[in-house]
Amino acid sequence: MGAQLRVYKRRIKSVTATKKITKAMEMIAASRVVKAQRKVAASTPYATELTRAVTAVGTGSNTNHPLTTEPETATRSAVLLLTSDRGLAGAFNSNAIKAAERLTARLEAEGKEVDIYIVGRRGVAHYNFRERKIAEQWTGFTDEPSYADAKKVAGPLIEAIEKDSAEGGVDELHIVYTEFISMMTQSAIDGRLLPLSLEEVAEESKSKGEILPLYDFEPSAEDVLDALLPRYVESRIYNALLQSAASKHAATRRAMKSATDNAGDLINSLSRLANAARQAEITQEISEIVGGTAALADATAGSDK
Amino acid sequence: MAAELHVELVAADRSVWSGEATLVVARTTSGDIGVMPGHQPLLGVLESGPVMIRTSDGGTVVAAVHGGFVSFADNKLSLLAEIAELSDEIDVKRAERALERAKSDADASAERRADVRLRAVATR
Repeated sequence: MGAQLRVYKRRIKSVTATKKITKAMEMIAASRVVKAQRKVAASTPYATELTRAVTAVGTGSNTNHPLTTEPETATRSAVLLLTSDRGLAGAFNSNAIKAAERLTARLEAEGKEVDIYIVGRRGVAHYNFRERKIAEQWTGFTDEPSYADAKKVAGPLIEAIEKDSAEGGVDELHIVYTEFISMMTQSAIDGRLLPLSLEEVAEESKSKGEILPLYDFEPSAEDVLDALLPRYVESRIYNALLQSAASKHAATRRAMKSATDNAGDLINSLSRLANAARQAEITQEISEIVGGTAALADATAGSDK
Repeated sequence: MAAELHVELVAADRSVWSGEATLVVARTTSGDIGVMPGHQPLLGVLESGPVMIRTSDGGTVVAAVHGGFVSFADNKLSLLAEIAELSDEIDVKRAERALERAKSDADASAERRADVRLRAVATR
């Protein structure tokens, strides 16, 4: 076998191995998307009921709460960025990071100091590499977040917002995550989580066209709101974590699918080249043999004379 | 037929139980509260504890809830809890072991969780 043909054969073998791996990763990601979507759906009843309850307290009483009162001048904000622990997901992480950077720039232009909180090793690595300060970071659960993880993330954030901004607390909390729109579309979005605007929450649930009754609060409206709002924030963060996980798996699936397709194309073109090389080798061998016999025949014909 | 109310028991990550009931007893921070059909709209904070649901076919469903809320309006009762388990899902041996472990570790919240589970099973 000629040297060139051997090189081609070797490359085809390695690309085939890569293709097998990416194909497997694609299928794993596809099954995980479905699982993550199911988790999003399972968490919806809780979120809906909680939204209803928050709206009920918000409209049924005039209580003020640090999580709902708009500060006169916001000087410090927190940004929670949700990325994934692992890459191989196309532009998933860089899109989320870019959205966070844009938001940070906007907030800084408004004269606010920004604290960044990050979920996921990719985001942490990005900020560490640029030696930028991270207020708090969490890693290790982005593939399958549980409610306990959401609580872990929400805890310090709620604490920070309840503290005075002069003592290192924050006035508002923004969240950047990747919304799962469909298998093919996911987009990084940012939104303000706190202070919660009760009107917005009310609008969200009013869209279903229901009038809320006047509730009796047990023990009191303030206490209910006290207990309710942190849960609401947790459930929003939980929902964002789940959507981000579903988006990550969908992005991985797509990236791995195009990697598999590319490997297939590469194998095709490489085998064509290999075939051409083999053919060229055979042609050369034949012409060598023919040339050889002709030379031999000439030589014997000459000696006979 | 007696009046009924619709009950939805939902945990943060799943819907645990839903169906028709005639009476629901839950523990709020200010004491046990019983809700029957036609109760006035109510929104309360739940303590960790067992919740008893008397279903319309005469059966009883007991669940252990760990914190959460109860809200009632339009004959629809929602029990929201971060963690909720039906009593027949609870592994008694495991809960007992957890209780002992929590006692020896002096872990108050784990002890309370295990205790709530066991009480839910006892009222079954």
